[in-house]
Amino acid sequence: MLMISPRMATGAQEKQYPPSLLNFFVYNPKFGPKEGEEEKKILFYHPNEVEKNEKIRNVGLCEAIIQFTRTFCPTKPAKSLHTQKNRQFFCEPEENFWMVMVVRNPMIEKNNKDGKPVVEYQEEEILDSVYSSVLQQCYNMYKLFNGTFARTMEAGGVDLLKQRLEKFFYRYLQTLHLQSCDLLDIFSGISFFPLDKMTYLKIQSFVNRMEESLNLVKYTAFLYNDQLIWSGLEQDDMRILYKYLTTSLFPRHSEPELAGRDSPMRLEMAGNLLHYGRFLTGPSNLKDPEAKFRFPKIFVNTENTDEELHLIVYKAMSAAVCFMINTSVELTREFCEQLDSLVGPQLTLLASDICEQYSINRRISGPEKEPQFKFIYFNHMNLAEKSTIHMRKTASVSLTSIHPELMKILGDINSDFSRVDDDEEIIVKAMTDYWIVGKKSDQRELYVILNQKNANLIEVNEEVKKLCATQFNNIFFLD
Amino acid sequence: MSEEHYLELCGNPVQFENASSVNNVFFDEANKQVFAVRSGGATGVVVKGPDDKSTVAFRMDDKGEVKCIKFSFGNKILAVQRTSKSVEFINFIPDLLHLEYSQECKTKNASILGFCWTNWNEIVFITDQGIEFYQVLPDKRSLKLQKSQSINVNWYMYCPVTSVILLSTTVLGNVLQPFFFRSGTMSKISKFEIELPVVSKPAKLSLSERDIAMATIYGQLYVMYLKHHSRTVNNPGAEVVLYHLPREGTCKKMHVLKLNTTGKFALNVVDNLVVVHHQSSQTSMIFDIKLRDTDSTLSVHQPVVPARSIHPYKIPLTGPAAVTTATPVPCELYSSTWSVFQPDIIISASEGYLWYLQVKLQPVVNLMKDKGKLMDFLLQRRDCKMVIVSVCFQMLNGPDKSNLSVIATVFDKLNQVYKEYLEAEQSYTMAVETGQSRGNPAQKRPVRTQAVIDQSDMYTHVLSVFTEKKDVSHKFITAVLMEYIRSLNQFQITVQHYLYELVLKTLVHHNLFYMLHQFLQYHVLSDSKPLACLLLSLESTYPPAHQLSLDMLKRLSTANDEIVEVLLSKQQVLGARRFIRGVGGHDNISARKFLDAAKQTREEMLFYTIFRFFEQRNQRLRGSPHFTPGEHCEEHVAYFKQVFGEQALMKPTAS
Repeated sequence: MLMISPRMATGAQEKQYPPSLLNFFVYNPKFGPKEGEEEKKILFYHPNEVEKNEKIRNVGLCEAIIQFTRTFCPTKPAKSLHTQKNRQFFCEPEENFWMVMVVRNPMIEKNNKDGKPVVEYQEEEILDSVYSSVLQQCYNMYKLFNGTFARTMEAGGVDLLKQRLEKFFYRYLQTLHLQSCDLLDIFSGISFFPLDKMTYLKIQSFVNRMEESLNLVKYTAFLYNDQLIWSGLEQDDMRILYKYLTTSLFPRHSEPELAGRDSPMRLEMAGNLLHYGRFLTGPSNLKDPEAKFRFPKIFVNTENTDEELHLIVYKAMSAAVCFMINTSVELTREFCEQLDSLVGPQLTLLASDICEQYSINRRISGPEKEPQFKFIYFNHMNLAEKSTIHMRKTASVSLTSIHPELMKILGDINSDFSRVDDDEEIIVKAMTDYWIVGKKSDQRELYVILNQKNANLIEVNEEVKKLCATQFNNIFFLD
Repeated sequence: MSEEHYLELCGNPVQFENASSVNNVFFDEANKQVFAVRSGGATGVVVKGPDDKSTVAFRMDDKGEVKCIKFSFGNKILAVQRTSKSVEFINFIPDLLHLEYSQECKTKNASILGFCWTNWNEIVFITDQGIEFYQVLPDKRSLKLQKSQSINVNWYMYCPVTSVILLSTTVLGNVLQPFFFRSGTMSKISKFEIELPVVSKPAKLSLSERDIAMATIYGQLYVMYLKHHSRTVNNPGAEVVLYHLPREGTCKKMHVLKLNTTGKFALNVVDNLVVVHHQSSQTSMIFDIKLRDTDSTLSVHQPVVPARSIHPYKIPLTGPAAVTTATPVPCELYSSTWSVFQPDIIISASEGYLWYLQVKLQPVVNLMKDKGKLMDFLLQRRDCKMVIVSVCFQMLNGPDKSNLSVIATVFDKLNQVYKEYLEAEQSYTMAVETGQSRGNPAQKRPVRTQAVIDQSDMYTHVLSVFTEKKDVSHKFITAVLMEYIRSLNQFQITVQHYLYELVLKTLVHHNLFYMLHQFLQYHVLSDSKPLACLLLSLESTYPPAHQLSLDMLKRLSTANDEIVEVLLSKQQVLGARRFIRGVGGHDNISARKFLDAAKQTREEMLFYTIFRFFEQRNQRLRGSPHFTPGEHCEEHVAYFKQVFGEQALMKPTAS
């Protein structure tokens, strides 16, 4: 399929407004079925300052839309509602619990002939698939730290649920950066660290030994450079934990490291073993007599449903290990000290091993293996994602190196792919010199952005073949 | 209590008539023969060898008391010493005269201390004034002096394995002069001095032959010196000092074995272990010079395990007497009548037994807690395989389960030996290949000792049994398997596919698919067709296995047919065609297979496309779009006509 994308509107005096969050609410229609009790349905509403009646009206509208669309398809009610000014996304993560996110469409402020500013809403610029995924992620993240709504209801009724929702989303919504959401939010994938077999086996051996020595540990995950190497958790649990680690926890701690000298990094002289290990969760300084040995709790479904675990994240240089321990165990200073003295030196050693091996491998593979292409790859089977478009993720924004317009085309192609099961290939000619190629083979998707002057379709196709041959030669990828 | 007696006397001793006033008993270390000489030989000489068949019996005239009696190699010539001046010879070669002939020592006024055979017809006389090396000419019934050397000799010692004779010289007796004999030549090796603990004044003979022994340990000749110390505060007791005696170069003091006690000792060497018997405590200890704690040039060793007595022994009653007296008699161990010979012989002349001393490994296992050290020890032993395997198995099971770092250490030790063997084997194969073309003499094929525990041994005796165990956690099982694979990889040993299959089966059995997925993602389980097929079979329980399997087949690059089969079975007909065209195999694929698959999809356009593709192929390859009967596509042609009409068939293009 060949499409020609419209040229992007650009103008000197125009002012652009990115999409932003208008409302976010959670309700359960069963909680206030009678007239006059509508307020009871609302479990959380952002912004909280909104007048009560407006909240009730908005919730009621959503209820009505969902109810109405159910008449067409009882199992699949509306997912989103498009209006000129905004777009609403609906999601029912647990039975009768609805989450709604209202996003204001991006706008362009132009001056009309009279020089007066006129706002133009760009209704078509945002993608349903991206923001539906963002909404789903909101729930998943909530669930990771709080368990299911139903579980909270059981534990402490509606009051506790409201309390938890308030506590969680108050902070979480501030970290939603809707303007930088894109294809990667749809995938919500995991970036894996490329590693040779031997080093990988050493890490395996390390993880197994640590789990044996610290016999409380139930699951372990190992990351390097914010990329996953090993997960003892099941894929879905790891997916959301990975999201938390890479978009929230690590960025928060990497800033001081980058800052240099004043970092909390320390050289520990424990039994003459020099190590760089430190806790990213829990106590920041073990020596502090006031230190609290409390760790975040998370809920996973790896072995049992809603298993509650302490999350210990421990890092040495670029290597981070997550140890997960059942919350029935109380974590003490002694345990943390044991962990520090056992894991610290070994992890430090392993981290420098990985670093060395990695640079050797890079040297061997040489610069020709470094892609000159901008691409995004995703495999639904193992959630592996790879992007040369996105820069380092930070707590605040994920930076992309390409124009948002191109990102949107990628999203469009993805929507096309998700409609059919068959393998497909879509080539799009975008603005001026850009070509975008989307390929889907079995469970894998590849998006390539090429910028070549006067390239034709055949040349573009050849380039992509070349890319596949160098970057993806060890997987079965139909071309 | 578990068995701790790690030494035992062999169950089938050599039995001979015990020493008495009428029966003298002699032992020849070279041929390991016991001579029972009755009445100076007049009433018979019985020679018992190491095995039952080699018994020789004969008579000779009683010409006085026999001092020493020995056969040359192969029992060809018998030498008998009755006086200090001469040695008599009797031919035992058929067709040669059986009459005695005699040889006096050449040096005047010298007295013969003894003699040793160094070949079937070569003999060395050791006198108090030197040594004389003769060739025996049995047909002429005379001897010919080859070489002699004069030197004052206190006593001598002979090591038949290496053909080295050691002479004690000087007044103190502590300067030892070795000689080496080989096919008619006698060569002098540089002499060396044994450090005495105290030098007596006035000077007198201070080094007794009782305190010296010679034996080969790990292929090297050592002179072992039992150094007696009086036990004081800073001196914990006697020690055995090992001097390495190389063919070339000088003798060096290499090892010191700490006995930590005093008293009367005797030495044996069994399976490259130095065994020190201590008579007063009736115990023995073992030392392994390859187990070293420090890297200094002089290694000081402690006993491998605590001293224990030799396993209690009951004298088996053979012959008709055994029937009547039912209970065997317990044998007195460490008896003062015992004589100990190198390397591993213990003789009780008064009871008429010769035993070989043996080391039992299992009791050592029970006594040694450090598994790493235990492995170092076991890997050097001769019959170690089954013991090592059982240690490995115990290490993974039951109450004495070891932790993973110990298991890793043990695996690494095993694989180190395994790798060395593989390398030796490989360089041998290469040498044979290149040697054949250049006509070089063949290199010796490396010997596979029992210490080489390969993957198949580990799989059969340890891992496959262990993974079947119900009471072991799957986490531990996987950890152990990964540890073994890690170790193999570390030594760059190619891992056999059955180990991967074991990992895969264990993970699948416990539904640990995601773990499996991650292992495959990092190629920890190497690609192979069997593994790919195994994965394919998992697809119904774990759908991603399909992708993993296809990736693996792709990487193998020899499995294009399999890939086509997989895709066709998924009805991905176009995908299969694109793939096979991509790899350039589309001229050889079976049209029938593709058409079958296309027909099954019930998509008429797809069938049309595939049909047309093959028509075009036929046209290109054979100049006609028609299918040949060999392709068995009649059914599909008929179907095509039925759906699209006869006219839709491709017309042969005129060429």
